[in-house]
Amino acid sequence: MRVRRAILVAVAIALSLGAIGSANARKDIHDERSLYRNIVVYEDEGLRCMVFNKRFRTNIRQTCQKIGDPDNLVFNFTKMIAAALYVTPAPKDILVIGLGGGTLTSAFAKLLPDAEIDAVEVDKAVINVADKFFGVRNNERVHIHESDGRAFVKRALGKRSYDLVVLDAYDEDYIPEHMLTREFLSEVRRVMKPGGVLAANTFTNSNLYDHESVTYEAVFGSFFNLRTNNRVIIAKLDGLLSEAEIARNAANYEDAFRTLGTGMDFLLPLFSTKPDWKRDARLLTDQYSPSNLLNNR
Amino acid sequence: MAPVVYILAGWSGFFVMSYELLGGRVLASDFGSSVSVWGALIAVFMTALAIGYLLGGYISAWRAQPAILGAILLAQSVTTFASVLISEPVLDWIFAHIVDVRYGALAAASLLFFVPTLISGMVSPYAVRLLVTDLHKSGQYAGKLFFISTFGSAAGTIFTSFYLVLWFEVNQILYGLIAISVVIGALAIIPIRRAA
Repeated sequence: MRVRRAILVAVAIALSLGAIGSANARKDIHDERSLYRNIVVYEDEGLRCMVFNKRFRTNIRQTCQKIGDPDNLVFNFTKMIAAALYVTPAPKDILVIGLGGGTLTSAFAKLLPDAEIDAVEVDKAVINVADKFFGVRNNERVHIHESDGRAFVKRALGKRSYDLVVLDAYDEDYIPEHMLTREFLSEVRRVMKPGGVLAANTFTNSNLYDHESVTYEAVFGSFFNLRTNNRVIIAKLDGLLSEAEIARNAANYEDAFRTLGTGMDFLLPLFSTKPDWKRDARLLTDQYSPSNLLNNR
Repeated sequence: MAPVVYILAGWSGFFVMSYELLGGRVLASDFGSSVSVWGALIAVFMTALAIGYLLGGYISAWRAQPAILGAILLAQSVTTFASVLISEPVLDWIFAHIVDVRYGALAAASLLFFVPTLISGMVSPYAVRLLVTDLHKSGQYAGKLFFISTFGSAAGTIFTSFYLVLWFEVNQILYGLIAISVVIGALAIIPIRRAA
């Protein structure tokens, strides 16, 4: 018992020393408590990052931009979401749910000069940070909306439709449970044009994985399941593309993707349609959606 | 008689907070779960409880019988049941007519949750009236009752958000709450009839 306590104390001291060490290296340039969370923007090792929670798990970074090379997509999940362009190479109307630092929004705006982008973010403070520190703001082609994602989608039903929907509203800490249900995904499906594509960034590596998978499958059928340390689901209406078609699109995008810091060597092998989840997991619905509880177990 | 009154007040406290948490779920599908939606929901519950306290006090001055306390709980069950049944058309209608999520959530919460919550609010003051037999101990009775009913609320909050939503669907939980209310309400009514 005493030994265990001694080990715990030693670990705690080591952790706090580590935290002090990293705090010394990094420079906080913005610190704000919004209605929803703590937002910190810092610069460290050539990166400018936004984090939503500065306690213990300081490694949960929402957005990072390379200073001097803002087009470079730092995180795997942003690269994996960009791979949605392998499945829908020339989307005209794009909806991004969850703005964050706006990395994906600006990447799509740059790659697709003809595209119109609606970006939805619930937290006004995040919208301001994206503008001030990551240079993402309204222009003729990018429209940023302060709204709950689900409320926005429901309002858009029958009025707007999209070739590509990017769902980036979840993180490792917190899932908006009303945006991970069969009903919500059905609403998303209804704002997608024929042949439209959904790219969802889900962090799941927990018990939630099975539930999440069967729920997406119930609404979209078979989908591309890209897994690294993150998970990105790419679903398409009216049937998925063949491997050859994806490879052809990937080749066409190779030069453009190089400016983002990624390419087909990394992304193509990730395209899998093989279910690796328990097929009998309970479906998430508006009536049953304890995603955060399932994520913790 | 006193134990039944305490059980009833504690249960009513449990019911209200469980109902409020689930109310957030109900509103989220149309209005999202932004902080203004929660603000609207909590404001409606607080206003309904406030008016319920006032009404419960008035009724207790009119007639003080445990059977009436039981009847209040039955009324709470019936109105909650009605609220579950009408929730979909009501939400659809409000969504179609009110664009601003703040006022949409406020209107929806008012139409769906106001009446059952108001009736829940009547329980505590009415229960105090039933318990007080000795004027200089009245504060003590009130304190004990608030302790139990607020403790019930805490239990309802924890139990619902930690476990019930993990095991059951929202409507299943609501039907369960309603069923338990009917049983406890009947307990408060039936023995008195027998005695009479």
